[in-house]
Amino acid sequence: MGALLRAVIRRDLLLAWRRRSDVATVVLFFIIVVSLFPLGVGPEPNLLRMIAPGIIWVAALLACMLSLQNMFASDHDDGALDQMLLAAAPLGMIVAARAFAHWLISGLPLVILSPILAIQFDLSPELSPILTLSLLLGTPILTLLGAIGAALTLGLRGGGMLLALLVLPLYIPVLILGAGAVDAASAGLGADAHLLLLAAQLIVTGTFAPWAISAALRISAE
Amino acid sequence: MLEAHDIEIARGNRRLIHELSLKLTPGTLLLVTGSNGSGKTSLLRALCGLLAPASGEIRWQGENIRMLREEYWKNLLYIGHNNALKGELTTNENLSALCALSGIATDAAQRQSALAQFGLADREHSQAKSLSQGQRRRTALARLALCGVLPVWVLDEPFSALDSAAIANLQSTIARHLANGGMVVMTTHQDVPINAPAVVELNLDQRKH
Repeated sequence: MGALLRAVIRRDLLLAWRRRSDVATVVLFFIIVVSLFPLGVGPEPNLLRMIAPGIIWVAALLACMLSLQNMFASDHDDGALDQMLLAAAPLGMIVAARAFAHWLISGLPLVILSPILAIQFDLSPELSPILTLSLLLGTPILTLLGAIGAALTLGLRGGGMLLALLVLPLYIPVLILGAGAVDAASAGLGADAHLLLLAAQLIVTGTFAPWAISAALRISAE
Repeated sequence: MLEAHDIEIARGNRRLIHELSLKLTPGTLLLVTGSNGSGKTSLLRALCGLLAPASGEIRWQGENIRMLREEYWKNLLYIGHNNALKGELTTNENLSALCALSGIATDAAQRQSALAQFGLADREHSQAKSLSQGQRRRTALARLALCGVLPVWVLDEPFSALDSAAIANLQSTIARHLANGGMVVMTTHQDVPINAPAVVELNLDQRKH
């Protein structure tokens, strides 16, 4: 089974490499949205410092959602999804492997870029690592929750909009904890509680989301 | 042994197949025929476990396939009328990914010879999107040369878009699988004879009343 899952991840990474422009779109979207705020709000350092975590988190959340529409759609259209549903390993494991590959492609770049983008907001060097850590814990949750929505809206007309309506409310707790971690640290309260709660949420989502995604995919295939 | 026990298949409000029972033993070819929309593909998808029958059971070695899941799929090779190829991957990479999903590890040389067997020796490193429809079909079918150990083959219109040389090759590949004790379920519109120890023909039009 290990070989099967490695093959699934390798396939997705190879496809992402051949479709580099799709990956670049998501990353550029993130960079541009984050960069628009200092230009729009004006160069007031205290205000920028205050809104930085929220802006970067919301942009990451939207960028994640943008990337999710293609997670299963092309496999659904060309029949590759049927082959995954009939694979020799449990579908939940395959879905988890695919979500991991998807996060490597579209979540990890956002995490890596966040300290650089935080400079635009003059976020202090002590808070920047906390922002990055909160994104590192939070973006996999966004990918997993979003994949449930992507699987449920598979093959529907106007699925993209529906996906947003379905998934954005589920993102709210992640957003509150993620952005709140940085706020708590800047208020001198320490970010531990927020980060631990995010980690707990990641563990719970990582355990249950793959099975929910599998069930949704089987329904879509019928 | 693959059995369908009194199954009914419905799409939307339309009942396509009802009270169908069949039994597939090693060496048997089940040929499903019928006009467009008669439910051939739905029956094949139900036999794979992609589509739940409205009633009745499909059993593999005596157990319901909905309970067996991966234990059944480890024995199954399904090639639908979509080829399941990714346009950006080469034929060799596509084969590698598809065989891995079936739990079969292949090396590049094996895949190369499978492609050569289906007349694609020089297209090994071509991306699938640059191939013609027939070449894409042959790439998908090259899995048959690599997945011979899987006993159940379910093939949806395998002969569509193929030239005569490829048809002859596919005929002999299927015949060889059946002679080795495999089972094949396939739909076809063409009249292609296949040498098999036992052939069961199921005409879905004649079952209607």
